[in-house]
Amino acid sequence: MNKPDFKILGTRPIRPDGLDKVTGKAMFGADKSTTGMLHARILRSPHAHAEIVSIDTTKAEALTGVKAVITGADFDDVESRATRYTMQNCMAQGKALYDGHAIAAVAATSKKIAGEALKLIEVDYKILPHVTDVDAAMAPGAPVLHEGVKARKLGDEVSGNTVGYYSFGHGDPESGFEAADQVIERTFKTAATHQGYIEPHACLASLGADGRGELWCTTQGHYLVRELCAEILHIDASQLRVTASEIGGGFGGKTTIFIEPVALKLSQKAGKPVKLVMSRDEVFRASGPTMSASMDIKIGMSKSGKITAGHAKLRYQGGAFPYQMVMMGAMSAFAAYELEHVQSEGWDVMTNRPKMISYRAPGAPMAVYAVESVVDELCQKLGLDPIDTRLMNAAKEGSKSSYGPTFKAIGLVEALEAAKAHPHYSAPLAPNTGRGVSCGFWFNFGGQVSVSMAINADGTVSLIEGNPDIGGSRASISMMAAEALGIEFDRVRTIVGDTASVGFSDVTDGSRVTFAVGIATINAANAAIKEMCKRAAKIWEIDADAVEWANGAAQPTGHNAGAFPPMSLAEIAATSGKTGGPIAGHHEGAPDKAGVSFGVHLVDVEIDPETGFTAIKRYTAFQDVGKAIHPAYVEGQIQGGAVQGIGWALNEEYIYGEDGRLQNPGFLDYRIPVASDLPMINPVIIEVPNPGHPYGVRGCGETAIVPPLAAVSNGVARAIGERMFELPMSPPKILKALS
Amino acid sequence: MARVVIFGSLRVHTEGLAEVEIAATTTRDLLQKLVDRFPGLDNTVKAGVSLAIDGEVYKEAWFTPIADDSEVVVMPLMVGG
Amino acid sequence: MSKIHVSTQVNGDAVEFLCDPEETLLDVLRDRLNLTGVKEGCGTGDCGACSVTLDGRLVCSCLVLGAEVEGSAVETVEGVATEDALHPIQRHLLEKAALQCGICTPGIIVAAKALLAQNSAPTEKEVRYWLAGNLCRCTGYDKIIRAVLSAAAEMRGESV
Repeated sequence: MNKPDFKILGTRPIRPDGLDKVTGKAMFGADKSTTGMLHARILRSPHAHAEIVSIDTTKAEALTGVKAVITGADFDDVESRATRYTMQNCMAQGKALYDGHAIAAVAATSKKIAGEALKLIEVDYKILPHVTDVDAAMAPGAPVLHEGVKARKLGDEVSGNTVGYYSFGHGDPESGFEAADQVIERTFKTAATHQGYIEPHACLASLGADGRGELWCTTQGHYLVRELCAEILHIDASQLRVTASEIGGGFGGKTTIFIEPVALKLSQKAGKPVKLVMSRDEVFRASGPTMSASMDIKIGMSKSGKITAGHAKLRYQGGAFPYQMVMMGAMSAFAAYELEHVQSEGWDVMTNRPKMISYRAPGAPMAVYAVESVVDELCQKLGLDPIDTRLMNAAKEGSKSSYGPTFKAIGLVEALEAAKAHPHYSAPLAPNTGRGVSCGFWFNFGGQVSVSMAINADGTVSLIEGNPDIGGSRASISMMAAEALGIEFDRVRTIVGDTASVGFSDVTDGSRVTFAVGIATINAANAAIKEMCKRAAKIWEIDADAVEWANGAAQPTGHNAGAFPPMSLAEIAATSGKTGGPIAGHHEGAPDKAGVSFGVHLVDVEIDPETGFTAIKRYTAFQDVGKAIHPAYVEGQIQGGAVQGIGWALNEEYIYGEDGRLQNPGFLDYRIPVASDLPMINPVIIEVPNPGHPYGVRGCGETAIVPPLAAVSNGVARAIGERMFELPMSPPKILKALS
Repeated sequence: MARVVIFGSLRVHTEGLAEVEIAATTTRDLLQKLVDRFPGLDNTVKAGVSLAIDGEVYKEAWFTPIADDSEVVVMPLMVGG
Repeated sequence: MSKIHVSTQVNGDAVEFLCDPEETLLDVLRDRLNLTGVKEGCGTGDCGACSVTLDGRLVCSCLVLGAEVEGSAVETVEGVATEDALHPIQRHLLEKAALQCGICTPGIIVAAKALLAQNSAPTEKEVRYWLAGNLCRCTGYDKIIRAVLSAAAEMRGESV
C-alpha cells in the first residue's frame, strides 16, 4: 500500500479538551452537582463469603436526613443471566461473595448522614468458607460460589467454580516436543492487578417514578450503561439519557457498571437526584480488577532456535461471578510465532474476589509473560540471541496464527528488526544490569459506531460521535475529518454526544475508536462532500457528477474544468440555507477488518543487591500502529501501557489475608509506578498500514501493556543470574531469590 | 465449499473434527448450516462468535459474503479493555 | 457540634465558609466553594490529585482540615493561569501532549509550580522526585517531565 501524503495526519495539534483540563474546568464524574441533590453511600460486606440471612434497615430509614434505603430486594429479576450477574455484583442478592460486595445503600441529605445511616443497618451474615487462590478454587472440594454454572465439558477433576474451558491450536505438539533439542517446562503465577485509574467511579442519577431518567457518569461506554441500567431497572432504554463525563482513566475498568443502577434506584425511591462516588478503598475492593493466573508453559526449541512446539495451560480466576476471559489469553499466548505445532488451553475459575472486568489487552499480559519467559530461558540455555530467535519464528503476513486465522499484513518483523538495529540493543551493560526483550500482541476490534457531522454556515464543522475519549480520540477524529474534508484542523469540533444525541456506539475498548470512529468519520465526511458537490453543481448549473472535491473545495471536472473557480466548504456552507437547507453527513456502521498490533520492548534493569530494588535504567518500546494519526497520542499510549506493565511486573498485586479480605486497598500499599521509579520511556512508532482502514490505522492502545511483564522479568533474570516465576518481582522476593 | 476451522474446545461438538466443509454464501448462512449439522454448537453460536474469513476478522456481521474457497475460522466473541 | 466559620483567601479572593470540624479542605473546595479543579483520587494523601498550596507550601488538601486554613492563602489550579494567559507549565503540558485523561493534571500543575517557585533549574531527577507524590496512570510520566523541564527553561528566559 502506497503511503500517501497527508496534510494533517501525522501532525501534533493541541487536543481540543486540553485547555479545560489544564485550567480545572473539565467536568469529570464527581464534578457535577445539581439542585435538590442527595448523597449516597454503600454498605459493603466485610466477609469474603457469607449468606445474607437478613437485613434490617428500619433504624437507618428513621434517621433524620435519610431519604431512601435499598438492598438487593429492591431489584427485580432480569432475563439475561449475564445482566443478572452484573446486577448482583452491583447489589448482592442472597449471598455476599467477596470482601467489599455491596449489601445496601442509603441516600441522604449529606454524605455525613448517609455514612451514619450505614452504621444503623443491621445485617445478619452466616459466614461461609471462602477461597481466593485460583488453583485452590479449581481443586475438587473447594467452596463453590454458584451452583450449576460449571463448564459443561469438564469432569470431576475440577470444582464447580470452573466456569469455562477453551482450547486453541493446531498440529501435534507431542511430536514437536520430541523433535526439539531443548524442552523447557515452567509454572508461572501472576497476581491480580487493578487498572489503577486515578478517578474513582462516580455518577449523578435522576430517575422519576415515570421511568424517565438522566444519568451522568464516568464511563468508557455510556450506551452500554444505558442498556444495562434500563434492563436492571425495567425501564425503556430510550427513556434513560446517559451523558458521559470526562473520564479520569479507564483502561477497561470502566467498561461495565458498578454503582449506576444503585444510584438510579435510590433516586427513584427518594424522588430526588442522587450523587454516588466510590472511595478509593471501594474502587479496589469492589470494582473490577483483572485476573490472577497460574500457568504451565512447555516449549521445545531446536539448537538453531526454531520453536518446534508450544503448549500453554492457563488457569485464570476472575472473581465472584461466571465470566469468560481466559480465551483471550489462550489466543494471544503464542500469537507472535509461526508454529507448526501449538496448543493453548485455558480455564476460567470463580473465587471470592471482586468480579473481574477488562484491563488493557485483557488476558494477554499474563499469558505472554509466561510464554516469552520460557522463550528467553531457551535462548539463554542454547546460547542464542533473543531477537534473532524471535525473528526466526516470527509471525508474518500469511502465517497461520496460533489462534486460527491467517495473518494479513502485520508489523512484527519490522518491530523486531527495528529493535535489533536500535542503539539500545547494543549499548554496553552496567554492573548488576540485565537486558530483557519481549514481544507482545493485541487483536484490536471494530464494533458499532455512529458519527453525525454538521457543516455550519460559517464554514466550521460540528461532529458528534458516541465514544468517550480515553486517549485523545477527539483530536484524532477531528484530524481525520479535517483531512477528509480538506480543511484546517481547528475548523472541526468533535464532541462526545449523550445517548439521545447520536446513534448507538459500542464501548470505547479494544483499541477501536481511532480505527472504527475514524472510518465512520471518513464516510460521514464523504457524504457531506457529496452533498456539497451537489450544491455547487446547482449553483453552477451543471451536473452533480461533473463536480469533484479537492483541497477543501468543489471544482468542476470534465469539459467544465476551469469554467468556474473552486467553491470552498465555507462558501458552500454560507449559502446552504438557500440551496436546499443545512448540510450534514452521517454514518452508522460496524466496521470490521481492524488490524492486529505487535510490539517489541527492550528494557535494561539494574538490581540493587542490598535492597532488591529494581531500577528501570532504559526502556525502548517498538510498536506497529499502522498509521499514527496523532503521533504524540500514539506515543502516549505506548508509554502509558509500558509503565502499567512495569508496575505489574515489579510491584502491583492484590494481597489477600487468610480471612479473605483485601489487605491493600489503597495507593500506598497497592504500589503503582511513580515518576521517580522511571526513566524516559522511548517509543518507536512502526507503520505497516492496516489494509482494512482508509488511512491504514491499527488500534494501538492495548498492545503496549503486553510485552513489559516478560521484558522486565527477562532483564531481571539476566541481571541476577536467577530466574523468577512469579509476579510481581517486588524487592523482598528479589532478595529471597538472591540469597 | 468454505473450509471452516473449529477451535480445540469446540471440537467435542463436531465429532472431533478440526475442519469441516460447509457450502454457504454469507456468514449467517454458514453459522446456520454449521448448527444444523452440529447441534451441539447451538449454545456457542447463540452466545456469539466472530468469524475470520481469509484472515479478516468479522465481529458478528450476518451478511458478509463468503467465497467458494474461503477459509473461515470460528473464534470466540472477543473483548477489549 | 456546630459548624466552624472560616475566613480565608483562595486564589487571591477573600472567601468565607462554614464547615464541619472533620471536613477536609478538599471537600470544602469542591463541595462548598465549587472549585472542582482539585480532585479526590484516594482521600488518603497518596495520589496528589488534590494538591494545592497553603501559604505557598504544597499540600494534599485531603490531609488538611477546612478549619485549618483560617487566615491563610490557598492556591488551586484555578488560580494558576492569569486573566490574560496560561502559565508556562500549563502551556507546555498542552504543547508536549503531556496529559491524556487529565485527572492528575491539576495536581501536577500545582505541584510543578511549587517546585519551580523554589528551584528554577531542577534536574530531571529532581523533577521526578518532586512529582513522585503525583500519581499518573495514563502517561508513564515521560511527557510530563519533559513539559516541566521545558517550562522551567522558558521561565529562566532560555530559548526552548
